[in-house]
Amino acid sequence: MNAPTPGALTSSLLYLDGVSVSFDGFKAIRGLSLTIEPGEMRAIIGPNGAGKTTMMDIITGKTRPDEGTVMFGGSVDLTKLDEAAIANLGIGRKFQKPTVFDFHTIEDNILLALKSKRTVLKTLFWQTEGAQQKRIDEILGIVKLADKRERLAGSLSHGQKQWLEIGMLLAQDPKLLLVDEPAAGMTDGETAQTAVLLKEIAKDHSVIVVEHDMGFIRELGVKVTVLHEGSVLAEGPLDQVSANERVVEVYLGR
Amino acid sequence: MITRFLLSNMDRRGLVFLALIAAIGLLVPLANLLMPAGSPLHVSTATMSLWGKYLCYALLAISLDLVWGYCGILSLGHGAFFALGGYAMGMYLMRQIGSRGVYGNPVLPDFMVFLNWQELPWYWYGFSSFPFAMLMVLLVPGLLAFVFGWFAFRSRVTGVYLSIITQALTYALLLAFFRNDMGFGGNNGLTDFKDLLGFNVQAQGTRAALFAMTCVMLISGFLIARGIVSSKLGKVVIAIRDAESRTRFLGYRVDRFKLFVFTVSACMAGVAGALYVPQVGIINPSEFAPANSIETVIWVAVGGRGSLVGAALGAVVVNWAKTMFTSGFMAPYWLFALGALFVFVTLFMPKGILGTAQGWWESRKRPAPVPAAEPAPAE
Ligand SMILES: Nc1ncnc2c1ncn2[C@@H]1O[C@H](COP(=O)(O)OP(=O)(O)O)[C@@H](O)[C@H]1O
Ligand SMILES: [Mg+2]
Repeated sequence: MNAPTPGALTSSLLYLDGVSVSFDGFKAIRGLSLTIEPGEMRAIIGPNGAGKTTMMDIITGKTRPDEGTVMFGGSVDLTKLDEAAIANLGIGRKFQKPTVFDFHTIEDNILLALKSKRTVLKTLFWQTEGAQQKRIDEILGIVKLADKRERLAGSLSHGQKQWLEIGMLLAQDPKLLLVDEPAAGMTDGETAQTAVLLKEIAKDHSVIVVEHDMGFIRELGVKVTVLHEGSVLAEGPLDQVSANERVVEVYLGR
Repeated sequence: MITRFLLSNMDRRGLVFLALIAAIGLLVPLANLLMPAGSPLHVSTATMSLWGKYLCYALLAISLDLVWGYCGILSLGHGAFFALGGYAMGMYLMRQIGSRGVYGNPVLPDFMVFLNWQELPWYWYGFSSFPFAMLMVLLVPGLLAFVFGWFAFRSRVTGVYLSIITQALTYALLLAFFRNDMGFGGNNGLTDFKDLLGFNVQAQGTRAALFAMTCVMLISGFLIARGIVSSKLGKVVIAIRDAESRTRFLGYRVDRFKLFVFTVSACMAGVAGALYVPQVGIINPSEFAPANSIETVIWVAVGGRGSLVGAALGAVVVNWAKTMFTSGFMAPYWLFALGALFVFVTLFMPKGILGTAQGWWESRKRPAPVPAAEPAPAE
């Protein structure tokens, strides 16, 4: 894996510039530019169809941009890599629709995510070491699923699956976490707990959170980027952004 | 490390299966060789070879279950790997005939003499050596699976499309092996075998040894497949089956994992084919017929996809039923019965015989069902 070289193009952890992508002629992302600094937590908001999920698809290698620059750690060109390579570089992702492995136990879901060599031979002869088991237990505690570890992930409620997925992200120990609508389908109580959890994670990770829930964003208290029709409409603290006329128009116009 | 790999997490069902096959592998040959023909404990050589054939099919079913039940790759061409292993064994057996063929040619098999060939084609070299032939039993199906999988999995061909090209693969081989100029005996295939390692293949003792060997290989295949599916790699493979793209985002190179199980599975199918040929006495291109591969899928579905013991059980049960059916007046209706069985199992027993029996057993033991999902914690 390429380490960020000295004299890299940028000191940002993630650098998007002039990124565009279209699906069958429909421009989902147009000239998107965004930078995330190491250690930063950023909230991304925007109406449905603004291109938030598509942006994450581009960063994680699921979708190739038609044009533009996507750099990680200053020097790694993400548009040249596939999903697995990008994941191993240290970019983890939680999906909008919670995606866990239904037929594995909760503990095995975490084990599969746990940072480790991903080669065929290493996984074939894998033995979980003491330190790794400790880390798994720790994560199960953090996401409050320790007492359900033996249960199949498919039997969890929607909110619990969201948490399990956040636990899987933690287990991956990525440099950058992309979290797509973590509070969707959660009760108010769960939403508040999720905000606390994410703030805790943000202490030693860079995080991008996409969310609709304004209360949740306020809870996070971080810089906000507003996306609209595939590009950045406004950027800044939440109060400043929500006073912006264009933003109000976009949100209320819908 | 290897013993731990093979035996860790062995469940009761697995142990029962191993004990059963080991007992059969020991007792059936003894009952055949030592019991006098009139004794009720005697097993005739024909019956023994018939059951030997079923057990070869069981190994083939386990190999298919490994890729389909655990990795979600519905191969409709596994019969091709079975047949290639069979041909490798058949080529060895042909070379052992030596000058005892109808034409008495010391080097060339009869069908080559008949075609007026002057010398042995290069790809027949080495097959007079047993170790070489056994290596080819593994290598030829394994290599084909590797090359095929390399292209298919890297270009992310999945689902129905993958099934169709596996079917096309076996069909292409069927057509190729039918041709006389391929040098594999055309539509007659390879037959009239004489010796295996110097023993007459028709002899009772050889048949008994082949039966025992089939049990040994079935046990080995089961242990290897079990070792794989209960390792962390097995968990990755199940993850790929259930959420392929999610697995990729965790950093696993999905294509390599698929390639690994597909190749191992093809080698296993090849071994099954190699054991099958001396017990039935012939290998011909019809083994490549697409219908054979589809039947294998039915065995696995009937026994219980995603359970290795279930797959083996399905192969034996369906083939036993087939023998019963096709030896009586119902013979013309076998395919209808097989189709009906498949529809019945898919609709009413989606977990197959074994899964359904297990579910029934557990629900009797534990009357109160566990709730499927907990309500979200109240705040
Ligand atoms: N794979 C795709 N094919 C076609 N259209 C797509 C695809 N992915 C996203 N889109 C379209 O791009 C737009 C942005 O979608 P998305 O990124 O999911 O928005 P958001 O996550 O902000 O709600 C939508 O109009 C959506 O229909
Ligand atoms: Mg979205």
